[in-house]
Amino acid sequence: MIQSHPHSRKSPYPFWFFLPAAVIYGVLFLVPTVTSLWYSLTRWDLMTAQFIGLENFRQFFSEPFLVRGLFNTLVYALVTSGLKTVFGLLLAVLLSGQIFARGFLRTVVFFPVLVSSIGIGITFTVMMHPTRGIINEALGLIGIPGPGWLTNPSLALLSVALVDLWKGVGLATLIFIAGLATISPDYYEASRIDGATRRQQFWRITLPLVRPATVTVITLSLIGGLRSFDLIWAMTQGGPGFSSDVIASVVYKQYQAGFYGLSTAGNVILFLLVGIIILPLTFWFNRREVDQ
Amino acid sequence: MTRHLKYRLASACALIALLAAGPLRAETTLSFLIDNGPDTLVAAEALVEAYAAKHPDITIEIDQRPGGGEGDNTIKTRLATGEMADIFLYNAGSLFQVLKPEQTLHDIAGLPALANIAETFKSVSSAGGKAYGVPFGTSMVGGIFYNKKIYRDLGLSVPKTWAEFMANNEKIKAAGKVALVQTYRDSWTSQILVLSDYYNLQASVPDFATQYTANKAKYATTPAALKSFERLKDVHDAGILNEDFGAASYDDGLYVLANGDAAHYPMLSLAIGALQQNHPESLADIGFFAQPSDDASVNGLTVWMPPALYIPASSQHVDDAKGFLDFVGSVEGCKVLMGVNTVQGPSLIKGCDLPADVPPAVTDMLPYFKDGRTAPALEYLSPIKGPNLQQITVEVGSGMRLPADAAAMYDDDVRKQAQQLGIPNW
Repeated sequence: MIQSHPHSRKSPYPFWFFLPAAVIYGVLFLVPTVTSLWYSLTRWDLMTAQFIGLENFRQFFSEPFLVRGLFNTLVYALVTSGLKTVFGLLLAVLLSGQIFARGFLRTVVFFPVLVSSIGIGITFTVMMHPTRGIINEALGLIGIPGPGWLTNPSLALLSVALVDLWKGVGLATLIFIAGLATISPDYYEASRIDGATRRQQFWRITLPLVRPATVTVITLSLIGGLRSFDLIWAMTQGGPGFSSDVIASVVYKQYQAGFYGLSTAGNVILFLLVGIIILPLTFWFNRREVDQ
Repeated sequence: MTRHLKYRLASACALIALLAAGPLRAETTLSFLIDNGPDTLVAAEALVEAYAAKHPDITIEIDQRPGGGEGDNTIKTRLATGEMADIFLYNAGSLFQVLKPEQTLHDIAGLPALANIAETFKSVSSAGGKAYGVPFGTSMVGGIFYNKKIYRDLGLSVPKTWAEFMANNEKIKAAGKVALVQTYRDSWTSQILVLSDYYNLQASVPDFATQYTANKAKYATTPAALKSFERLKDVHDAGILNEDFGAASYDDGLYVLANGDAAHYPMLSLAIGALQQNHPESLADIGFFAQPSDDASVNGLTVWMPPALYIPASSQHVDDAKGFLDFVGSVEGCKVLMGVNTVQGPSLIKGCDLPADVPPAVTDMLPYFKDGRTAPALEYLSPIKGPNLQQITVEVGSGMRLPADAAAMYDDDVRKQAQQLGIPNW
């Protein structure tokens, strides 16, 4: 009864207890969001802003590399999110089993999450150098001519996505390990008595029951992938040419060039894109959960 | 009660004493914002030190900012919020115009040093007929650096036409060396062949800059302008580039040029400073020539202006800051700069002659200036420069996009800049 009439119950705290949080939220989140919506409709040079309606959005969508950037953003988000989910789950299953040096291996997998993206980006750029990089030199030893990981326009984005996987899979693994720990061992014991194989256990018990963790990993890594910027900027700056540009890097370049209104419009588009993809997804995941 | 009062009195007296013991003479501290290039810092420190020796009552504190687009943003943001240093270093020409000088900067009309500063420089650091900056360094040029030792060994001579240049490249390649270095990891370096071709462009279309600013001339539809993009395709298709052109950096380019693995590097003469710093022993073997055109009689240099020192409108110490600018713009200040910094071209301050021991690359430039075979780069003639040029030139230079397509794309790119600046007719 109390739950269904929350307003009828007087809060034990005076109203002004909420004020500090409300002020911080308003000043740091609400005001910037609303002003950025306004500035996205202007030609802005930080000193003067001239209202130009939806011209920035028209301009943004008419740029040839923006379409490419939009496509790349989706590819990048799907590839990194998909790979992180698959590899994260497999590593979590492996690292939840009774294996040698489990704690140490868990640390090793998680370690790259703690390192700065810029540092990782610079390191991998050196390692992926087409002629002097360690990766291609190693491939050369076994007789495979390595590609230009970051200089071949059709490979550059995927190379960065692989590095992103290496960097981010640790977090996915951690979430999955926590998810696996909540599955009661009774299920496995019972199924073993019934003669289930390890494979059947994985598909019929682990996968369905680790679902909340899967939802978290997919949502987080998809959002991360959609707004990814630091690694791409450190490794390719969107290049060669525009071939690994994503929305965030296009926005940043507009900002660097001093097109503040245009880049704000780009951010509004990115905000809407993330919303359009994530909201239905979360809704769908949650409903499925209730159905079960 | 009385004890309490005593304490208060005592502490008040102490406070007054402290305040009184402060500066006996009015001392001024000026803040001075420069970019983070190592040679910039050396130069700024030398100027500040020389100035402090003459004006002990003025302290100048140097502060650094990042270069490139990030630096542009730092400058614009600090100007817009009124938090700019008392003196700051920034480009002249199109980037200077973007700052809206008439609103954000303090004009330096009447500064004694101005009388001695070359007109070419004043024209690119003025707005609305008022001067705003003094030059920080010598003029620079864009063209082709070459390794003189390779030229001697192979019996080559400095090319006067593009065809001769490409023939030299073939011979160098046949000798097993890298003929031409390109370094697209640092994408800004990919623009040089296009930008340094401006002397040749203006030789055949003299009013290109005006027409281009007025939205009448286009890169895609002006054959001489399109040619600049075609040069990039030429050198790529000829197979004369270093194998790792897509991954090599500016420093890599200078390294292979300096150690004699590569013969040519299209670059701005600011590279002389970097060579001096990293490979000083190589400077004797590095020469320089203008980017050739198809016609041997059209052979000249595209000239870049050095950055300038400006005073923001928000400065609280305008007069003291002007004093420093006057010093930097004087022959004396110019000599201080030349003492620590590599000369990258002729000086812009009258009466400040180049020292006798300039590197050969600079000696190679002087005849062009003497004969008047120079033209300012387009960014000093027109306020419009598209921000995506460096990505577009990487694409052309890597064989990913055809010159005609690239030129059309660049014409679209400059539109945004023109609109942002509110230039009529766009």
